Amino acid sequence: MELLRLENISLSFKFPEGEIKVLDKVSFSVSEGEIISLLGPSGSGKSTILRIIAGLLRPQEGKVYYKGEELNGINHGVAMVFQNFALFPWLTVLENVELGLKVLGLPQEIRREKALKAIDLIGLDGFENAYPKELSGGMKQRVGFARALVMEPDILLLDEPFSALDVLTAENLRNDLIELWMEKRIPTKAMILVTHSIEEAVYIADRVLLLSKDPGRIIKEVKIEIPHWRDKKSKEFLNLVDMIYGILTGKPMEKLAFREKKHLFIPQAGVGAITGLIELVNDLEGPVDIYKLGEELLMDIEDLLPIVEASEILGLAEIKEGDFVLTNSGKKFAEADVLERKEIFKELAIEKVPFLKQIIRVLQSKSNHKAPRDFFLDLLKQHLSAQEAEKQLDVLIDWGRYAEIFEYDDNKDELYLSEILSMEKKS
Amino acid sequence: MKRINWSSISYRKFSIGDILILLFIGSIIYAISSLNTYYTRPSEPLSFDLSPSKLPLYSLYSLIRVFLAYILSFIFTLVYGYTAAYNKKLEKILIPLLDILQSIPVLSFLPPVFMAVLALFPGSQIGLEITSIILIFTGQVWNMVFSFYQSLISIPKDLRETAQIMRLNPWQRFWYLELPYSAIGLLWNSMMSVAGGWFFLMACEMFTITNQDFILPGIGSYLSFASIKGDIPKILLGLFSLILMIILIDQLIWRPLIAWSQKFKFEFTESEESYESTILLWYRRSQILNFIREKFSSPIREKVNQYFVEKYKRAKFSSFSSNFGRIFNGFIIALIILLILRGVFGLGSLIFQLSFENWKIIILSALITFLRVSIAVIIGLLWTLPIGVKIGTNPKLTKIIQPIVQILASIPATAIFPIILVFLINISGGLNIASILLMLLGTQWYLLFNIIAGAISIPKDLLEVSNLMGIKKWEKWKNLIFPCIFPYLVTGGITAMGGAFNASIVSEYIVFSNRVIKTMGLGALITEASSMGNNSLLAGSTLTMAVMVVLINRLFWKRLFKLSEEKFSH
Repeated sequence: MELLRLENISLSFKFPEGEIKVLDKVSFSVSEGEIISLLGPSGSGKSTILRIIAGLLRPQEGKVYYKGEELNGINHGVAMVFQNFALFPWLTVLENVELGLKVLGLPQEIRREKALKAIDLIGLDGFENAYPKELSGGMKQRVGFARALVMEPDILLLDEPFSALDVLTAENLRNDLIELWMEKRIPTKAMILVTHSIEEAVYIADRVLLLSKDPGRIIKEVKIEIPHWRDKKSKEFLNLVDMIYGILTGKPMEKLAFREKKHLFIPQAGVGAITGLIELVNDLEGPVDIYKLGEELLMDIEDLLPIVEASEILGLAEIKEGDFVLTNSGKKFAEADVLERKEIFKELAIEKVPFLKQIIRVLQSKSNHKAPRDFFLDLLKQHLSAQEAEKQLDVLIDWGRYAEIFEYDDNKDELYLSEILSMEKKS
Repeated sequence: MKRINWSSISYRKFSIGDILILLFIGSIIYAISSLNTYYTRPSEPLSFDLSPSKLPLYSLYSLIRVFLAYILSFIFTLVYGYTAAYNKKLEKILIPLLDILQSIPVLSFLPPVFMAVLALFPGSQIGLEITSIILIFTGQVWNMVFSFYQSLISIPKDLRETAQIMRLNPWQRFWYLELPYSAIGLLWNSMMSVAGGWFFLMACEMFTITNQDFILPGIGSYLSFASIKGDIPKILLGLFSLILMIILIDQLIWRPLIAWSQKFKFEFTESEESYESTILLWYRRSQILNFIREKFSSPIREKVNQYFVEKYKRAKFSSFSSNFGRIFNGFIIALIILLILRGVFGLGSLIFQLSFENWKIIILSALITFLRVSIAVIIGLLWTLPIGVKIGTNPKLTKIIQPIVQILASIPATAIFPIILVFLINISGGLNIASILLMLLGTQWYLLFNIIAGAISIPKDLLEVSNLMGIKKWEKWKNLIFPCIFPYLVTGGITAMGGAFNASIVSEYIVFSNRVIKTMGLGALITEASSMGNNSLLAGSTLTMAVMVVLINRLFWKRLFKLSEEKFSH
């Protein structure tokens, strides 16, 4: 039976200088008993699709039907698990899980009973009265799952729920989820998983929808007909993974190192940190386990991840089964001298980070090649909270300055193109 | 104790919003100054029972007033902060407006508040009480609003989305997301606000308006009256009970609250910094509180939750909020336009009445007050800078001295003022010195606290290195200490200067030992105009003070603040 249908969904984010089309005529449907995975590079709008299904965003074109009825406002049949957990830090585990039931106005005893059941189900018993800050990342995400499952949603939306966890924890939680699903211990009728890990999609989903980027379109649907539990080392599995790699990149296998990505937003990682990491990994020669890397650097995985992610976005490195592997550009970058590095960084950054391109476009369009910081801040604020926008812009400026894409005047709070850059444009 | 109230909105461009605001200030000031003409009553001799046995009762009265004013501030904060954070159009007006409201001294609010309240409760004691409470309110509300607004706009996006997907209704969103997220900021600002309330208590419990004196029983009026009579022992007694009460409140309410509020810290790993309070433990173990929680507060919260669930179930969610929003919006905007129109005409006609001579006096007074304020801040800096650094860089000293300083700082300077006057009153220019001294007493603590905090933040290894290298004292200050404490210094300076301007209204014009003593200054002008019922003069001088404070903040402090953030932060 069909649960959910998306018809010709299109969405653009508007900027004064024009629009960035995020989704273009996306259509698919979800039936009862299915696990769907939305797979694509960042910038393919897969998280956006999830937010449209949840009713958080309204598409400019197209319609969403839930159980045959057009969706208007927040979708009552879904619950969502977030990449960064999104727990309320001032509520205990139990209170976090109970909160959604309070919304329904259930009496206290029933609330408590249901919440405790969900907590047991997901393996959190004993932690009922702990606050999120006392828990490890994996445990936090379990609270995220319990909070979603306690609502007994028809559709469980999973927004990269495993990507902020270290490899072992993620694997563990993934298997627990599949077990709950297989044994029908949760009344969930369908799940939609957003991920950028091909392996994860093939491991979990019944159907993988492949998305292209800029704008996001569904380019292919792949049915995974291997029964659970799937063996990641089996030939069947590996062939599917390879095939999907091929489709997503449109390139032969050996060039997969350049898995392309475009990020609307970039993680909080300074150029110095990125450079340091790349140099270090290059010195170590060969792939490094991210988890071990963290241990070696005495860094929390949460602090390391933004740097890893930034390297990945820039195409300096990629993550393969929990290993951090330098790409060819990455190696070149590590061995280059200071000036060459800047060149490499500049090229990659402009290519992979659309907002940087946006900044250049704005600066070039101005006759004096200057624009105030607040202007870009306002642009970012359309999609981020004030604080996040500030941080985002700081990182962008850090990258842009390093790569000499533009300059920044700290006293006047202005971004500007340096003389040479503006000359280049005229000639 | 930080109190930085820069809004995130850029001030650089002069926009229509700014013009509206200027017009708006005009209308506020007009309202302030125009109403008191309607009130005249023959004055009667004042009487007040100064017997010490009444002191506990008086203290209680004052406490209740400050508490009610705080509740009023809290409600106002929620409404104003909410509107500013969620209404993009109004935000552009409301936030800069706060800057201005903040710079209007308490006494300037007196006439309109008084008249409005008296119109509602003619000739009754309740009217006076309400006037006093509202006056205290105007002295403490603004920084709370700023803090709440800042918190609201910085709530992380994923938490907002979670709340939306979970379909928290507006009440639940407020209770489980917005209020907890703002809690810590609100609490620190509440502490500052209540301290401000004590500072102006004397002015708020005993005031003169259109040449008539009003007095409300309270510890503030006790002190005022005792100083009018010049009765030093009574002043000391009153001072003692006031200090005792403030210390009790600090220990019994604020410390436990701060320790408790740590659970609202928005962090996902445990931090080292911790606030502890033994008294909080006592409260947690208290049977009465447990009983109340189990039998009353939990069931009530449950009922309230249920009520809102039902309410929002029936009312169609989206249409309700948008319709309501639209009507509310329209209403507010209409109100603002009305006020502006009224203000333009009103202020225009008032200001026109002021002669050139009057303006000369106002401007001259403003300059003199500015000079006094600057001297007070500079003297404050001169002593707090070396001592603060000494305390901050020596952990042992910090531990001993900081609690003492906190208690000293909590004594409202206005209450000590009469004692100072006794010594200075007969010297020529005595009030001039006393006035500066009061400003200093009221504001030096902000400097000291911030400098200590800054000194604590100086990296220990750098200090050791510079000692080892035998760097000269001056060089050490220039290259290490000063850059480290500069951001803190600016923070302290902004608060201190704002406070000093506000203090001018209680320090430049005084009734002591049955005679009026005044010295030239903007504060004296405002106090005098307000008590004599001179509308035009009150309007002109309040406007001047507001403009001066806002200008100094924008042109001087905000720039230093930016500089400190960029150059000296580490």
